[in-house]
Amino acid sequence: MNFGPMYVMWLRQLKRYARSKSRMIGALGQPLLFLIALGFGFGPIYEKAGGGDYIQFLAPGVIAMSILFTSMFSGIEIIWDRQFGFLKETLVAPVHRWQIMLGRTLGGATVALIQGIIVLLICFVFGFRPTHFLYLLVALPLMFLIALLFTTLGTAIASRLDDMQAFPLIMNFLIMPMFFLSGALFPLEGLPKGIAAVTLVNPLSYGVDSLRAVLIGSSHWGLLTDLVVLIVFLALTSIWGTYSFSKIEV
Amino acid sequence: MEENIIVVKNLTKQFKAFKAVDDISFNVHHGEIFAFLGPNGAGKTTTIKMLTTLLHPTQGVIRLNNFDPLHQQHEVRKSFGIVFQDASLDDELTAYENMEFHAVFYKVKNPLKKERIEYLLKLVDLWDRRKSLVKTFSGGMKRRLEIARGLIHHPKILFLDEPTLGLDPQTRNHMWEYIKQLNKKEGMTVFFTTHYMEEADKVADRIAIIDKGKIIHQGNPAELKKITKTKTLEEAFLKLTGRSIRTEEASSIEGMRAMKKLWGR
Repeated sequence: MNFGPMYVMWLRQLKRYARSKSRMIGALGQPLLFLIALGFGFGPIYEKAGGGDYIQFLAPGVIAMSILFTSMFSGIEIIWDRQFGFLKETLVAPVHRWQIMLGRTLGGATVALIQGIIVLLICFVFGFRPTHFLYLLVALPLMFLIALLFTTLGTAIASRLDDMQAFPLIMNFLIMPMFFLSGALFPLEGLPKGIAAVTLVNPLSYGVDSLRAVLIGSSHWGLLTDLVVLIVFLALTSIWGTYSFSKIEV
Repeated sequence: MEENIIVVKNLTKQFKAFKAVDDISFNVHHGEIFAFLGPNGAGKTTTIKMLTTLLHPTQGVIRLNNFDPLHQQHEVRKSFGIVFQDASLDDELTAYENMEFHAVFYKVKNPLKKERIEYLLKLVDLWDRRKSLVKTFSGGMKRRLEIARGLIHHPKILFLDEPTLGLDPQTRNHMWEYIKQLNKKEGMTVFFTTHYMEEADKVADRIAIIDKGKIIHQGNPAELKKITKTKTLEEAFLKLTGRSIRTEEASSIEGMRAMKKLWGR
């Protein structure tokens, strides 16, 4: 088994991330905004309604959000590679497509994990405290799992697209709704039926819920259910992503 | 062993209503330098894409190193290297990193890897800029890097799609010297496309002239001149196709090609 190509694909994602400071900082703006505007804006109301400390509730949601955005973006980057021609270089090489896909997915997910950790640290600054610091060690693999799921989903979608025209479409009709209807910002209890149904099929809901289970010890579905659902979703997106990627023609 | 390393029979590629490659057949012998000569939009790149597993043919048979690009993609990909006509570098990596990436993908290991990367970067005069990000490079520098990268691993068959487009004469000479050397020493077969007459005349053992998706004639340069009773290849082309290679007339087919490029496929 030749791990070289997978390793350089992984390394490439990390190098690109480390070199684009603007992307790194830009990706931190959104979680910061949510922590400030919602954390401090809604916090008092949430507390008055008997929900407890809102920052505690919000932090896992914001961490999941940053992972969602970064990993989907990593997957969708294939469109850039196609447009700048680099995709061709990898596709004609004597390397199996699944190896290229796996290396790139691991790279994208690693970048998203790093981004998630940075946001986690920012949450600390805003007063977030997990029930126990050791639980952070459980949160990291969970964050990686969520990152893998959305990187493969991004890859699956981007493999079918020719140019960047579709990007706003993906942003507004997939990423944003996934975020807002995931329970990242509000509790899932007592939602109207329609919205509850959407949260039920939204993989991010389970990601957010699992992080809450681990970090603040409260959860809607329970950690085990979350984990099983996330793994099933990951299996589906991996199969779909690998298939779409293997069908690319340039 | 079969005498021909590339065999193409009745190859056709249709994009919707438009035939980019129209029923072409040709063979390339082991160890020869073969040129595909034709104006822009003649179907050269589409043919190369089909040979190198990037596009599926609409019809026809291809054998590359005795493998079928449609069903034995991995074996075919092990047999060739390619320098694309348009950009295929990673702009966010340095020149050296791009070279290294390619070496790993094609299993070129140290110390050979280091040796070849240094040699080739010096050959195309980019050694001093090896640590610069490719996005800071000019068009010509990117082109040179692209060619150097394609030569790191020494494949059985090397495809070069308009390799010298945008190269200065000096680099062009260096490149061809090196490729000819590989061709002689390692028996590497070279398949290149060009719309420069001089280049095809000077470098190629045999030439296929392609125009509007069809092969009009094939043979060695001397033969072509003899058959058409002309002195230069340029005149031979004029005689065979009825038009000069450099005129870019805006025919309806060219209009459709432009549309095709605009809409992706």
